Amino acid sequence: MGYFLQQLVNGLELGSLYALVALGYTLIYGILELLNFAHGDVFMVGAFLAAGAAAALVHNEVAAIPGGFVVVLMLLVAMGGAGVLGVAIERVAYRPLRNANRLAPLITAIGVSLLLENAVFVWVSPAPVLVPTNALVSQGIIQAGSVATPLTGLVLFAGSLALMIALDLFVFRTRFGSAMRATAQDREAATFMGIDVDRVIMVTFFLASALAGLGGVLFGLRYASVDFFMGYGLGIKAFTAAVIGGIGNIRGAMVGGLLLGVLESLSGGFISTQFQDTFVFLALIAVLLLRPQGLLGQPVTDRA
Amino acid sequence: MSDRRLVLEIRGLTRRFGGLTAVDRFDVDVREGEIVSLVGPNGAGKTTVFNLISGVLKPTSGSVRMLRTELVGQPAHRITRLGVARTFQNIRVFAQLTVRENILLGTHHWTHSGMLGSATFWPATVRAERAAQAEVDTAIELFRERLKPRLDDPAFALSYANRRRTEIARALAARPKLLLLDEPAAGMNPYERIEIAGLIRAMRDRGLTIFLIEHHMPLVMEISDRVVVMDHGVKIAEGLPKEVHSNPRVVEAYLGRRAASA
Repeated sequence: MGYFLQQLVNGLELGSLYALVALGYTLIYGILELLNFAHGDVFMVGAFLAAGAAAALVHNEVAAIPGGFVVVLMLLVAMGGAGVLGVAIERVAYRPLRNANRLAPLITAIGVSLLLENAVFVWVSPAPVLVPTNALVSQGIIQAGSVATPLTGLVLFAGSLALMIALDLFVFRTRFGSAMRATAQDREAATFMGIDVDRVIMVTFFLASALAGLGGVLFGLRYASVDFFMGYGLGIKAFTAAVIGGIGNIRGAMVGGLLLGVLESLSGGFISTQFQDTFVFLALIAVLLLRPQGLLGQPVTDRA
Repeated sequence: MSDRRLVLEIRGLTRRFGGLTAVDRFDVDVREGEIVSLVGPNGAGKTTVFNLISGVLKPTSGSVRMLRTELVGQPAHRITRLGVARTFQNIRVFAQLTVRENILLGTHHWTHSGMLGSATFWPATVRAERAAQAEVDTAIELFRERLKPRLDDPAFALSYANRRRTEIARALAARPKLLLLDEPAAGMNPYERIEIAGLIRAMRDRGLTIFLIEHHMPLVMEISDRVVVMDHGVKIAEGLPKEVHSNPRVVEAYLGRRAASA
């Protein structure tokens, strides 16, 4: 039982990371029906920005800066930087193709993804970069019965959960949120409500990318190492989570992310770590066969 | 009539699609508080005129001025903010949103609450959002008990007629200076049509200026102050409903030449 709970806790940690990145896929898909395959790499760039900020501030020769302060700066740099990167990608790579055949922006997204990975590989570091976590956050371990988790894991879980709830409130309770939902359903009709659709799309990309940036910071703090290829695998998992939950559905992305993390952790813990990805994608196939709109998704016929 | 303020002033409006001239040097004036109908056979270019006014399409040439502001060249969302609201021939309510949320979106452009205010539940924003809620109640009053019990239903669950009513209520909530209705009675049964006629008059009595496209002639004759007839992109007649009704060019456009001479 203890072992099971331990795996469950590990899975929820991992799952909350998937959920954060999955939210970005789902937000952007919801509004543009575009699979932004560069999203995982925006997460990776966010992680590098955070690692860079941490390295610069922790090992500076001027003054010792308290760890908590460094973490706040990492969050600002990574979330802001990733947000701006997302907006720039939309402006340069997707907006010119907004009325093109649907395949064109999809291919472009893959191109942007390769571009980001290789840019970081060439100009930043081909090898993993370490995050000086012991100078930043408590390395304490929380023990509850037989279940133990590092404090950073708890922060990862609680932090991403809080942001997801805030995002949900933003989208479903605010005026700007309803403009987003209107734009998602009928872009042209939305403009007749006086909604500046370009601005809504820009803000959506900023939010989605900033969440990925947050994911990057939390990843660095929890796992202490970032590399140029990390966005690829995590991106695919997060995308899978978004599809399982019902792509375009915000709560679906959260549920899908957590579920996927738990499934991966349990199948790794009880069956085989080598096969854990197999189970993840088996779950995807099962959902696509039995409930193609995703767990919380609306059947496609209702969208019309 | 002519002493009233000019709300809409269209001059020489032209739109070509390749070799086809969908709208050809079209002129029209709509004055404050008027109900003006735009009629004509299918494919005459009526909806294209609406699309040119509301900014879906850019004209090849010509001008559309509303209360002396040029609309040509402005993006659609800005035209809405200048006071033009419209409905669509093939109803475009947001199917996944409730009736209330749909109508609230009509208020979107005049409730000035920034994104930050929205996110932090800032008091001024909360007040603005409350004013918008009150506008929803005002807008649905005109529909008596038709929409009230449906306010929290998603739009996709509504009857056809109620979806049309929701779309009109949404346009009203925008507090427009000019309301464009594209076939408001299409697909309605005779009772619902009478209701729509009453509704359009009630909206005018609230001070709205209405420019509408409609196919159902008895309705047009009953409610319009003036009627404008189009055929093949060109205005072929304009005047009081009675004058237009007996105009030989109009009869010809609708029924063909032989029927007109018979």
